[in-house]
Amino acid sequence: MQIDRKKVDGTQRLNRIIEKFIVILLFLATSVSIIVTFSIIYIIFSEAIPFFKEVSLVEFLTDTQWTPLFTQKHYGILPLLVGTLLTSLIALLVAVPSGIVIAVFLNEYVSAKVRDVIKPIIELLALVPTVVYGYFALLIVTPALQKIIPDLQSFNALSAGLVMGMMILPMIASLTDDAIKSVPRSLREAAYGLGATRFQTSFKVLIPAASYGIVAAVMLAIARAFGETMIVTIAAGQFPILTFDPRQPVETITAYIVQVTMGDVPHDSLEYRTVFAAALVLFLLTSIATSLSFYVRRKMAMLK
Amino acid sequence: MTKARFIDRLFAVTGWLVTVVSLFILALFIGVTLKIGIEKLNLDFLMGYPSRFPERAGILPALLGTFWLFILTLIITVPIGVSAAIFLEEFMKPGRWATIIEFTIYNLSGVPSVIYGLLGLQFFVRWFGWGPTLISGAATLALLILPVVIVASREALRAVPNTIREAALALGATRWQTVWHQVLPAAGPGIATGVILALSRAVGETAPILVIGAAGFIAFLPKSPFDDFTALPVQIFNWVSRPQQGFIVTAAAAIIVLLGLVFLLNGIAIFLRWKWQKRQKW
Repeated sequence: MQIDRKKVDGTQRLNRIIEKFIVILLFLATSVSIIVTFSIIYIIFSEAIPFFKEVSLVEFLTDTQWTPLFTQKHYGILPLLVGTLLTSLIALLVAVPSGIVIAVFLNEYVSAKVRDVIKPIIELLALVPTVVYGYFALLIVTPALQKIIPDLQSFNALSAGLVMGMMILPMIASLTDDAIKSVPRSLREAAYGLGATRFQTSFKVLIPAASYGIVAAVMLAIARAFGETMIVTIAAGQFPILTFDPRQPVETITAYIVQVTMGDVPHDSLEYRTVFAAALVLFLLTSIATSLSFYVRRKMAMLK
Repeated sequence: MTKARFIDRLFAVTGWLVTVVSLFILALFIGVTLKIGIEKLNLDFLMGYPSRFPERAGILPALLGTFWLFILTLIITVPIGVSAAIFLEEFMKPGRWATIIEFTIYNLSGVPSVIYGLLGLQFFVRWFGWGPTLISGAATLALLILPVVIVASREALRAVPNTIREAALALGATRWQTVWHQVLPAAGPGIATGVILALSRAVGETAPILVIGAAGFIAFLPKSPFDDFTALPVQIFNWVSRPQQGFIVTAAAAIIVLLGLVFLLNGIAIFLRWKWQKRQKW
């Protein structure tokens, strides 16, 4: 059979051009992530910079009141920041220990069959939309806790934090699980071979060996807790009062953003810009946490 | 029994306790909500419009809004997300740029959803002039789940063994032909699973949609992507934040519907993955 050289060359050239074009399209799709990142930074700063022209950074960071929507205006971020940190701390106190316990338990203590049943059910916790968790916190957890803690307010940091902890738990459990699974088999077998119990193997060998992965997981969980919005908006309240008391209502940065954007504050006003000043703080906090997580994961990958 | 054995047993008990208690609490939450909301869950409720009176309130506009959002988000996010995954997995060489892009995507997945809401508000609603419409909501949600779609698609592509690529290339296929005719079909079910899981998250998202200004009270059905809308989670939030006792019941009924939708989507995803793993020959 005679091969038509010219025709083959033509098809190949055409293929090469199409191929180039497609690769350019794929590249453009990839660059969307970078564009989105810069867009987020742009929208935050384009409103936050005018804000800081009117309100000094010192007032923003040291004033203990946040009342931009009242007649007596104060622009201190501390009440919102403390609200965010308080609810997140409660959530992490629930999620980190129980997430790690569940991961170790499912890996070392139960048969593969039991694990295959329990794991997907634990993952269900992460599927429940946050607005639903907010409903649970406000209408189930708070009334129940009020029977034990009489002076618990109907909006409070405690219920919101506890329920947020439940939401984050599967994330810690599954990332810790991945980290434990990536520990070389030989280490585990050596520990058992030396007569270690499951507990000793888990906490003296596996967890230390998986510590990078677990730290990365906790960092992600922190970012998630800082950014969680609906549970705290519904159950923690919208009262920016500087308090460390978990029985009191608090307002988080996220809840404030929702409160103002839902209302009818005119755009291009200082009130509107407070949202972006608050968002800047939130963005910095979550970016630091996720960046640390990325860094630790990379470190871990390099060590292998 | 030695001390070490005792501690070991103690941890086994703790493990069971923590696992069972967290599952029990979730079951309790859902049980209580079912008990409150089930009486309201009838055809009138599903086909009804919002109302100031809880006994007359229905969720049809919210249900339809959520359905629209689901479809539009799917249409926007899949081409971008899968293309990016293909580029990163099949065409990009590892190196500094690859790390930078990986870092960007990882960071985007950690950005709070409420900040995506602000992005949507400033860009789609105000700058593009789309207003608080379905298309603004869907575009915002699409950007929000984009990192998840990219990561899941990359994993699915990575699971395709290299022998398939090498065989196609050896037969004279170009790299794109290899991807399009061999790798992508092989990774398809994995990508589909990841996309459905990401979308099930988008369906439950509330904060970004609230921030872009979706109304909680919409008495008409959206007919095009440029119509104002409400969505199921927004409707639930709207009812939860009302003082009247009656709305607790309507909120519970709407929660049952929303949870049903989310669990159904996940069920589909798990089923797909299971079928795929059974069929997988490598």
